[in-house]
Amino acid sequence: MIISGRVWKYGDDVNTDVIYPGRYTYTLITEQEMGNHALEDLDPIFNREGGKGDIIVAGKNWGCGSAREQAVKCLKARGIGAIIAKGFSRIYYRNCLNEGLPTVVCPEVVDCIVNGEEVSIDFGSSVIRTSKGEFPFTPYPDYVRGLIENGGLLPYVKKMLREQGKLET
Amino acid sequence: MGKTFAEKVLGRAAGKSVSAGDVVTIQPDFCMCHENAASVYKTFQEIGTKKIWDSSRIVIILDHTVPASTEAYANIHRIIRKLAVEQGIEHFYDLNHCGGICHQIMCQEGYAAPGLVIIGTDSHTCTQGAMGAFATGIGRSEMAAVWATGQIWLKVPESMKIILKGSFQPGVCAKDLILKIIGDVKSDGADYMSIEFHGDCIEGMSISERMTLCNMAVEMGAKNAVCRPDERVDISLQGRAKSSNYQKIWADSDAQYAAELFYSLDEIEPAVSKPHRVDNYAKASQLAGTKIDQAFIGTCTNARIEDLRIAADILKGHRVAVRTIVNPASYKVYRQAVEEGIVQTLLDAGCTINHPGCGPCIGVSGGVLGDDEVCISTGNRNFRGRMGSRNSFIYLGSPMTVAYSALCGEIRDPREVFVG
Repeated sequence: MIISGRVWKYGDDVNTDVIYPGRYTYTLITEQEMGNHALEDLDPIFNREGGKGDIIVAGKNWGCGSAREQAVKCLKARGIGAIIAKGFSRIYYRNCLNEGLPTVVCPEVVDCIVNGEEVSIDFGSSVIRTSKGEFPFTPYPDYVRGLIENGGLLPYVKKMLREQGKLET
Repeated sequence: MGKTFAEKVLGRAAGKSVSAGDVVTIQPDFCMCHENAASVYKTFQEIGTKKIWDSSRIVIILDHTVPASTEAYANIHRIIRKLAVEQGIEHFYDLNHCGGICHQIMCQEGYAAPGLVIIGTDSHTCTQGAMGAFATGIGRSEMAAVWATGQIWLKVPESMKIILKGSFQPGVCAKDLILKIIGDVKSDGADYMSIEFHGDCIEGMSISERMTLCNMAVEMGAKNAVCRPDERVDISLQGRAKSSNYQKIWADSDAQYAAELFYSLDEIEPAVSKPHRVDNYAKASQLAGTKIDQAFIGTCTNARIEDLRIAADILKGHRVAVRTIVNPASYKVYRQAVEEGIVQTLLDAGCTINHPGCGPCIGVSGGVLGDDEVCISTGNRNFRGRMGSRNSFIYLGSPMTVAYSALCGEIRDPREVFVG
C-alpha cells in the first residue's frame, strides 16, 4: 500500500477538543457532518480546504484528551489518507487502528517535512519519501496490519463472527 | 522477577503469566458507557449482532447531557432507554435519584473493585483505579465490538511508580499534587503506561482523593492509574460490590518500572493549570490578580461530598464575587450535601446549584463560556473551546482554590484563608 498526498503540518500535543469539538459529540450526526467540523477549532483553513488524499503530519502526542473517536472519524470522512506523527496519544492511536486510518510513528521525518509538500508513505517497504529524502519507519505488528488491511475493527469483527458461525453470511 | 499491578491483573484476566509488551485478549468485568451508548448501539447493530454478549456486564450512565437541553440530546436518551429495555440492561442509570457522573457511580455503587478489568468509552475511566481496578478508556466502535464478541485486546503496559511521602499543608489537597505531577511529567510523559501510586500516605487518603489522583492520569497519557486497595476500599464495597470476581492485587516489591518519581506532600503548594494545556503548571500564588468571570465546582475530578464540604467551609458567611456553578457528582452526593447543610451554605453564598452531571465541563449545558470569558474550574481539562467559546480561557484548580477565587473574583492562593 502506498499513500501519497499533500501535507497539513501541526505541532505537539494537539488535543481531541480542537480536532473535533465536544459540542458536537453527543448527537448522532453522519460521518459527512463529522467531516464538516474537522479541525474546526485548530485550523479554519484546513476546515475549509483540507481533504481527499491529504496527509496530516504532527509532533508528539497527537490526539491527547478525550476517547471520542469522532476525532478520528472526522478526518477519515474528509478523506485524509494517513497521519504521520512523532507520537500519538494511546486512545487516539487505538481509535485510528480500529477505524482503519493508517498511522505512522516516525519522529525523524516530522521536522524535515514542510507544510504543503507532497509526501509518499510506502507501507510495503516501510519508508516515507519526502523532498529531503527517504525515511524508514517501523512497520505494524501483524495483528495491527490485519486490522488495517481489513478496513478496521468492524469489518474484522464481522469476518471473525462469520467464521465462527455467529453471523449470517 | 516481580510483577507490576498491570502485569498481575491482566495476567489473571488472561489466565497466564504476562509481562509488559505482551498483547492479551480478555473478557472485561464491566463495560461502561454514558450518552455514547446510543452510538455504540448503532454500530453494534451494524455489525449484525442481535444480543449483547453479557448484558449483566454492561453499565450505562446518563451524565453528559442531563437533563436534555436540546431535542437532539433528548433523542439520544430515548434511544438509550429503548436499548436498555431491548437488551435487558439492569445496570442502567437514567436521570433519577440513583444516578450521577459515570465514574462516580462506578466507584460509589460498587462496580469498580480490586483486580477487576473495566473498560469505558470515556478517557477518564482511569478514575476507577482508586478502587484498585484496572480501568481504561476506549473508543465507541471498539466498545461495540466488545458488546458483540465479549473480548478486547490489550497491550500489557509498562508501569510508572509514583511514591508519595508526608502530608499536605493546610490549604493543599490531592488536586494540587496531581496538577504538579502533570506539570512535571507533561502531557505525554506517561504515554501508554500504567501509573501506580505508592506510599503509606495513600492509606491516609480518602477514596475521593484517590479518585482525583487517578482521574487525571490520562492527562499525562496514561492507560490506567491505581492506588493500593486497602481497608477503606473494603469498607466502601461492603454490601455494594457488583461482582464477586474481585480480588486485592498489588505490585510485587521487586517489580520493574519504566520510571519512578518521588513527591513529598509537604512541599506541594496550591496549583493552577493555565490555559490551554493541563501541563501548563503555575502556583496559585503566582496568578493572584487574574480576573475571572465564572467559577465551576464539578466534574468527575472534584464534585464529591468532600469537595463540596471544602467549598462550603470557605464560602460560609460570604458572598461570591462572580457567578459560581456547582454540579454535585451524584444524586447521593447532592442529597448528602442537603442533609449536611452544605447546599444551604452554597446558596447563601450566591452559588447556582446544578443537577448532578458533567455538562459544563465539555461545554454542552449548564455553564458554557462566551468570548473572552475566564473560568476557574475544578475539572480536568482546559483545552481551547472545551467549555464553550474557543476564545474563552479555562484555569484548573482545587475546590479550595476555586472557592476562594470565587469569593475574590480573581485567582488567589487559598492558604490565605488558613493563615492565623
